[in-house]
Amino acid sequence: MEDELPRRREKFPFGLAHLGLDEVEREIPADEPPPLAPNAELTQIGKDIRRWDARNKVTGAALYTVDVHLPGMLHAAVLRSPLPHARIRSLDLSPAAALPGVHAVLTVVEPPADGASMVLRYVGQPVAALAADTPALAEAALRLIRVEYEPLPFVVDLDGARRADAPIVYPDSEWQKSPSAGLPAAASDLPITGNIRGPESKGSRGDIGAGFAAAEIVVDGTYDTQVQTHCCLEPHAIVAAWHEDGLDVWMSTQFTAGVRAQLARHFQLPLSRVRVRAEAVGGGFGSKSQIGVYGRTAVALSRLAKAPVRLVHRRDEEQMDSGNRSSSEQHLRIGARRDGTLTAISLHSYGSAGIAFGAGVGNMVTALYRCPHVESRQYDVFTHAGPACAMRGPGNTQGAFALEQGIDELAEKLAMDPLALRDVIDPSPVRREERRMGAESIGWTRCQPPGADQGPVKRGMGMAQSLWSANVQTNAACELRLWRDGRVEVLSSVQDIGTGVGTVLAQVVAEELGLQPEDIQVRIGDTEFPSGPPSYGSRTTASITPPARTAAWQIKEALFRSVASAWQVDPQRLTVQDGWIHLRDAPQQRISWQEATATLRTDRISAVAGRSDDYAGFRSRSGDAAMALNDLGGVQFAEVAVDTETGVIRVERVVAVQDCGRPINPLQIESQVQGGVLMGVSYALLEERILDIHTGWMLNPNLVDYKLTGAWDTPQIEVILLENYQGFSATDAYGIAEPANIATAAAIANAVYNAIGVRMRSLPMTPAKVLHALGAVSGGPH
Amino acid sequence: MKEDPQANGKSAAASVLGPNAVSIVLLVNGEAHALLVEPRTTLAEALRGPLGLTGTKIACNQGACSACSVWLDDLVVASCSVLAIEVGERRITTIEGLAAGEGLHPVQEAFIAHDAVQCGFCTPGMVMSCAALLAENPHPGEAEIQTAISGHLCRCGTYPHVIQAVLALAEAQGD
Ligand code: FES
Ligand code: FES
Repeated sequence: MEDELPRRREKFPFGLAHLGLDEVEREIPADEPPPLAPNAELTQIGKDIRRWDARNKVTGAALYTVDVHLPGMLHAAVLRSPLPHARIRSLDLSPAAALPGVHAVLTVVEPPADGASMVLRYVGQPVAALAADTPALAEAALRLIRVEYEPLPFVVDLDGARRADAPIVYPDSEWQKSPSAGLPAAASDLPITGNIRGPESKGSRGDIGAGFAAAEIVVDGTYDTQVQTHCCLEPHAIVAAWHEDGLDVWMSTQFTAGVRAQLARHFQLPLSRVRVRAEAVGGGFGSKSQIGVYGRTAVALSRLAKAPVRLVHRRDEEQMDSGNRSSSEQHLRIGARRDGTLTAISLHSYGSAGIAFGAGVGNMVTALYRCPHVESRQYDVFTHAGPACAMRGPGNTQGAFALEQGIDELAEKLAMDPLALRDVIDPSPVRREERRMGAESIGWTRCQPPGADQGPVKRGMGMAQSLWSANVQTNAACELRLWRDGRVEVLSSVQDIGTGVGTVLAQVVAEELGLQPEDIQVRIGDTEFPSGPPSYGSRTTASITPPARTAAWQIKEALFRSVASAWQVDPQRLTVQDGWIHLRDAPQQRISWQEATATLRTDRISAVAGRSDDYAGFRSRSGDAAMALNDLGGVQFAEVAVDTETGVIRVERVVAVQDCGRPINPLQIESQVQGGVLMGVSYALLEERILDIHTGWMLNPNLVDYKLTGAWDTPQIEVILLENYQGFSATDAYGIAEPANIATAAAIANAVYNAIGVRMRSLPMTPAKVLHALGAVSGGPH
Repeated sequence: MKEDPQANGKSAAASVLGPNAVSIVLLVNGEAHALLVEPRTTLAEALRGPLGLTGTKIACNQGACSACSVWLDDLVVASCSVLAIEVGERRITTIEGLAAGEGLHPVQEAFIAHDAVQCGFCTPGMVMSCAALLAENPHPGEAEIQTAISGHLCRCGTYPHVIQAVLALAEAQGD
């Protein structure tokens, strides 16, 4: 359809700004604005504009889903499986239903189609739920539900689940009903033997045998990565109000429009009858992307009770049953010639997403480096554990930990500098420049041979690279409203989960209209507005800023026509700057913004624009999701100090060099990169979901025993942003969330090796593992 | 201490209470509020529920994250780990009562200027701790700031900007 629209040719700035810009010609849709100048020539874009909702957040006025209180609202509680694997012999909800103040009770676990009894597959799996007048009453009522469980054999660890005699998670083809961890690469038609499903081998190429035969040097190693939980500070939360005309939902979600679509489908309602709102969202790192079982449960309870229902996870529910990053056991082999050229990479990985699938980590090895022969074999291992889902750079974060250590190991064998080796094998000119800038900033020349420090505290330096696709949601739209009193509103269902997308929208619109960002009313997080993109896959900015600019430009053109007809001039002669509209060739003829909008024929005019295809096309697309031609490369350097007597690793400094196309708000980007790095430090050193293999229970389902980085573990973080222009869209801006997280743990691991001369191949790198690796203690953890 | 009949009426109508509800008066942000609470009600629950002061957040409900930080007199406490009935006559200050009048507290201004806020869920608690630190020590160094916020968890990773914001205040404030 889009091809039929008239197009025109325009010249766009192209290249890395700090190296000098070229031009590139692109054909663009006729109803889109002319190319945006580089940031240096702009007044709002590229500036550290204050976060649009910061005032509400620092005063406590911001409304999160957990703060929503509706009249007559009931409180939900969920009965969860105490056993990792059990058949439900009988389930009696009636004593709970009979309790005064309980208004709805329902079974959550779904019975198999063949009428057999229900089976539970992990501790914490929802069995039943109810809604009552108060939270305390709801909890009390849960205890009245009578369930008879028949315990079944179970397995929660990766090794156990792979044994021939392991208890089976899914008999026959029942796994097909298991949730996907939400990764696009999770193919659905793979063979399954016992608990092992796969291999998934996307991206494999060449002849791996020939590749290793041609190798002069081979490195291999096995790397383990743990299960990490999302730990959003605002727990998963929903307030659902079913009413005669449809459904009203408040949800702490990364995708209001997606949740609306899922609810409409599930409850067979028209899209127009479902409204989803998310004013402020207290963090989302992948696990708040879907409606989820908990969301559907709240809606079903509301329908049954004929009253609004609030369902908010306790922290233990959050830890056990709101998703997690899948584990991996990666067997990596890399072959190379003496000049560094890679001949073969083989990665066999076994990972567990619990009862879900999609634990593959193959993207890094198949896409980061030039290599003719690549074999990626990704196996899901089902266990009786809570389902994983996407988490900040899913797959690539785990993959980087192995691949980037393998590449460093190879560099050492080749007696090459790790940066020089990457110059040989990495085809990306952007990352090459990032390596140069990062090396300069961290002082790479200070890097010593491994284990060179003499004292008990040894320092080291390391680096690692990341790869993430530049994702775009094509189902993404934005409305611009201009009122006769001069007020400007930008509206979209896109939600701000802490990224600052609202600020970015105000900047883009203000830039186009010659106004200040604070003049723009940002109205987002409500599906009554045009559907915005999700806040996942680092795609929000890339998807919503081009339509915002296009709509603003269209509104501006309409206003110019109105003024031009009053002045009886050609609208082409008009321009706007600092709140004044004037003639380009005679600036003294001017009119203020307010006076100009007063010339409008109607009280309000509006323009809605959707995300068009990238001007140079997409690399691929499926449904509403597309991948741009570019990648979002990032390179991170870390400096660590390892106390060889206690085994404690301190990350002292991280330099993160990142590319997100055109940076719109460098300060907010810096915040987000710091967040990505800190989550990476936390992943590298502290975090791990620990399941008791004897009971299937999580032993640290809280924030006391599940450790996160705090202020004292925070290294000095230096963020270096590229300004990379490609002429792909009306803003040329891309996301940053995931690229900032992927390389961190790997960079720290390489730095630890450089410090102590021993490779840490298992995450998290705890003091016990460090001491064990150093041979300072016998036996060993894990 | 004066009772606030409005708050009293609101709480009685809004919640269903257990058999052992206790009548208490909380002095919050300079106003006295009479409440009926169950003994097990935490201060955080009392603030967020009957008093409608939802700026105080609950994230772990276990004293591990400091999202729920408020002041009891001049002391920063985790309000999820204090029972409403044990507060007594101590003055409670919440994020809503931190700034006098329309303006913002300097810490709030600094958080905005330095982008020490991302999702913002940990922010009210973080602001309360930083403001308490500055009240006690107008010129804290980096280590003192780190100590002051060491009990706070921020999953978005605002620590560097929080430290920057407070350092800027420490340096800007004359004696
Ligand atoms: S909610 Fe009180 S310390 Fe976490
Ligand atoms: S800003 Fe999100 S948890 Fe701190």
